[in-house]
Amino acid sequence: MSGWAMALFKRDLRLSVRIGGSALVGVLFFLAVVTVIPFGVGPDLNLLARIGPAILWIGALLATLLGLDRLFQADREDGTLDLMMMSGRPLELVVLVKCLAHWIATGLPLVVAAPLLGVFLNLDPVSMGAVTATLLVGTPALTLIGAIGASLTVSLRRGGLLLAVLVIPLAIPVLIFGVSSADAAIHDPVPFLTPFLILCALTLIAAVVGPVASAAALRFSSD
Amino acid sequence: MAFWDYANPTRFLRLVQIVLPWLVGLCVITFAVGLYMSFQAPEDYQQGQTIRIMYIHVPAAWLCMMCYTVMSLSSIGTLVWKHPLADVSAKSAAPIGAAFTFMALLTGSLWGKPMWGTYWVWDARLTSVLVLLIMYLGLMTLWRTMDDPIKAGKAAAVLTLVGALNLPIIKFSVDWWNTLHQPASVVRLDGPTIHPDQLWPLLVMAIAFTLLFLVLHLMAMRNEILRRRVRALRMRAASASHPGTAAATAQPAE
Amino acid sequence: MDLGPHSGFIIASYALCILTVLALVAWVRIDKLVQDRALKELADQGIVRNRPDTPKQ
Repeated sequence: MSGWAMALFKRDLRLSVRIGGSALVGVLFFLAVVTVIPFGVGPDLNLLARIGPAILWIGALLATLLGLDRLFQADREDGTLDLMMMSGRPLELVVLVKCLAHWIATGLPLVVAAPLLGVFLNLDPVSMGAVTATLLVGTPALTLIGAIGASLTVSLRRGGLLLAVLVIPLAIPVLIFGVSSADAAIHDPVPFLTPFLILCALTLIAAVVGPVASAAALRFSSD
Repeated sequence: MAFWDYANPTRFLRLVQIVLPWLVGLCVITFAVGLYMSFQAPEDYQQGQTIRIMYIHVPAAWLCMMCYTVMSLSSIGTLVWKHPLADVSAKSAAPIGAAFTFMALLTGSLWGKPMWGTYWVWDARLTSVLVLLIMYLGLMTLWRTMDDPIKAGKAAAVLTLVGALNLPIIKFSVDWWNTLHQPASVVRLDGPTIHPDQLWPLLVMAIAFTLLFLVLHLMAMRNEILRRRVRALRMRAASASHPGTAAATAQPAE
Repeated sequence: MDLGPHSGFIIASYALCILTVLALVAWVRIDKLVQDRALKELADQGIVRNRPDTPKQ
């Protein structure tokens, strides 16, 4: 990674870890969602084990969406975003680096917390590992797709809710393949690797489409 | 006249004025013929009289895909060629597309009740159409929340194109999800065996729906152009009465 | 004509589709009236487009 990208990465990571402690809030929200589910569906451990991967995935999706509206907004408010756009660096790369830093600050803690929360949901070690692996591969896709929504709503005062509505349809494939590869590891209707590799492909597609579309949206919203 | 000449909104409005009455007439006639044919068509040996719902369900479903295609092409027009009518076209197509998607879902579930015994099944096709409806509504909301039509048009164009890239992926993943979770025992909505007596009314109805879309789209585009004129004139009036605060703003297609 | 045991569903789907189309038509017609009235109001105040056929600046 060249110098400026590394500097930007470190700056973003430091900002998101220090101010507001977004990593911790995301994990707390994740915990709250997982805690609430048994109150809704009842404490039946067999049922919880069956829908556990789905609960963890939906919790991770919601926690990711919750943190996304700050991806560009703080930088826009204090003018940093304009400086980044005028710096002459490729904006797509800037977005990619920012997404990476954002994922490490908010997505990675969710992945780390997932096995722990799996205990509450009566997941056995195999499915716990499977869910963690799919979250590790899949949550970057959520952040990258969400970056498109974040840059579209960056100029809106209350864009958080709209962002979620815009991003959720685009995130459905990630959710489907994340949950089904975790399910495939437990009771195998298909081999684990088939949906898992498609999930990896989706993340790679998102790594291309996300920064390009998001950079385009940022450029249009500024001029 | 070349395609580019219609970039001038005034010339476009004049064209609409000429074409619209003919299109309306053609649309009404096709609908009359199509409806007559669809109620004259023989009933299906398996689905009985409920096959009549197909004559509105399938055209509505086909239109909700075509409408998104029109929006995607218009978005390319907005972003690549900066055609002044492209974002007008995309913006006015969105509510019409949402309405056709709603119709497809509604007739689908009303057809599902007698056929499957329930109004809603998480069938692959119904589910992807539901996702499409959410995307239409999200796009409409994005348009409403930004007051500058040019910026809103560009933002919506980016989202429309990302959606167009994503729609095949969504369709594919919903199909995959559906085969995992559901045995393929449900009655297929439009089975492979379609008799010519049923095909002709379906084709006529599809043409009628397409004409209806064209009529509504042209009318909505005309409204949008007029709305932008009103907006520009009001802003000019406001800046004329408060000369100190006059702001230089980009002029949308009017 | 006889629509069989499920006539309710058939009639309901046709009726709701017609209602949706009517709502769309009403929307474009009312929108047109609103815009025409606004343009007329502005014209009454003497605010009209001065360059009707040339592109902007």
